[in-house]
Amino acid sequence: MKSLKAQKHPISLPSFGLELLDKSYPIESNESFQTHLHDIGLFPFRPTGIDILQINLGKMCNQVCKHCHVDAGPDRKEIMTRKTMEECLEVIKTNSIQTIDLTGGAPEMNPDFRWFVSSIRELKPEANILVRCNLTIILANPKYHDLPTFFKENRIEVVSSLPYFTAMKTDAQRGDGVFEKSIKALQLLNEQGYGIKNSNLVLNLVYNPSGAFLPGSQQELENEFKKKLLEKFGISFNSLFVITNIPISRFLEYLIRSGNYDAYMEKLVQNFNPAAALGVMCRNTISVGWDGFLYDCDFNQMLELKVDATLQHISEWNQEILSNREIVVKNHCFGCTAGAGSSCGGVTA
Amino acid sequence: MKTYYDPEDLKKFGSITKLQKSMGDKFFSYYGEVFKEGALTAREKSLIALAVAHAIQCPYCIDAYTTDTLEKGCDEEQMMEAVHVAAAIRGGASLVHSTQMINKIKEISM
Repeated sequence: MKSLKAQKHPISLPSFGLELLDKSYPIESNESFQTHLHDIGLFPFRPTGIDILQINLGKMCNQVCKHCHVDAGPDRKEIMTRKTMEECLEVIKTNSIQTIDLTGGAPEMNPDFRWFVSSIRELKPEANILVRCNLTIILANPKYHDLPTFFKENRIEVVSSLPYFTAMKTDAQRGDGVFEKSIKALQLLNEQGYGIKNSNLVLNLVYNPSGAFLPGSQQELENEFKKKLLEKFGISFNSLFVITNIPISRFLEYLIRSGNYDAYMEKLVQNFNPAAALGVMCRNTISVGWDGFLYDCDFNQMLELKVDATLQHISEWNQEILSNREIVVKNHCFGCTAGAGSSCGGVTA
Repeated sequence: MKTYYDPEDLKKFGSITKLQKSMGDKFFSYYGEVFKEGALTAREKSLIALAVAHAIQCPYCIDAYTTDTLEKGCDEEQMMEAVHVAAAIRGGASLVHSTQMINKIKEISM
């Protein structure tokens, strides 16, 4: 399967998706996301601080997941350069940021990935470094087979998507054969001590619905995942993060193609939860694109909605200006505030 | 085309209180209480509701509880097993009545 960009699909153009979310929106125009925030006294939407730097190392990936908001895949060549990584390191060095969240694509496919991770660890021995690992990359090529050891040596927190504990649902979303390889990779991580009680090596999984519906209770799903993965495959992990699919990129394309767009948007709006809005990740995160530009979150990054500030690139970083910016919100943001809320760390309310 | 069942009508369910408020309010309050986490989990209750929806053949309920069970993390195999439970009880209910037939056969036969 090719990326939407390679297919020259109109949804691969951020402006197309944004216009669609504004104009063919099923709810009255006076019920936009901004209006919802205004009604609960949260507009303009401001950060509470900058605790997390989420860095996208590139859009290249060995998988082509059907819901991917990055539209990542083997045909995407956008990759962060070492120069941009050095600019990120400068920001990490000179600021109080304690969590560095590395994502992609498959971040491990960036040729400077290991150098970058080791440099962060050297700069900040106590920092929490997260790698969003798609699991199958570990088995994709012999040069990645030692990733679990590398992660352990650098005390990386591994965060991995696993939409379900059966092959049918997982492969339907992430591609044929992904489930079997993911299970094998999880077992390899467990062998290194990841996800094992008292090991201090954290392995968290991410669940997102395999279709046009919202996720259920994070606690109940975590209990079910823990029980089934242990019973069936002997796998342990720490926590399950439940994430809602955001109506952009490939998931938006799926919603339209399957005739679910209107009902899904309506559901997100009806389930708007003020408590969830308070805790969304854009309030304490800056997202860095593969080319060094800055965004309020990974979704805004894919929609090319840069931060609303006088500086927009990692090379120009100014903590004070960024901490006082107004967060850019559009109707896709209903995805993060529905029900129990959704962020890269799971529910927010 | 006009049909007796329109999926859009499910959204109007809450508005039945307009014609009889106190009874409607009591029903929805009771409904909400029933589906809360209790001795049974919300997930278990949703699977029961899905099975009952099939037993009573309510298309609105089937739509609603198919979505709800998926949202609560059930997979297709578990959902289908729930429907088989409904089918087994419905089928069994017919078959168990054959004991009455057999009784009657005995009663009126030589």
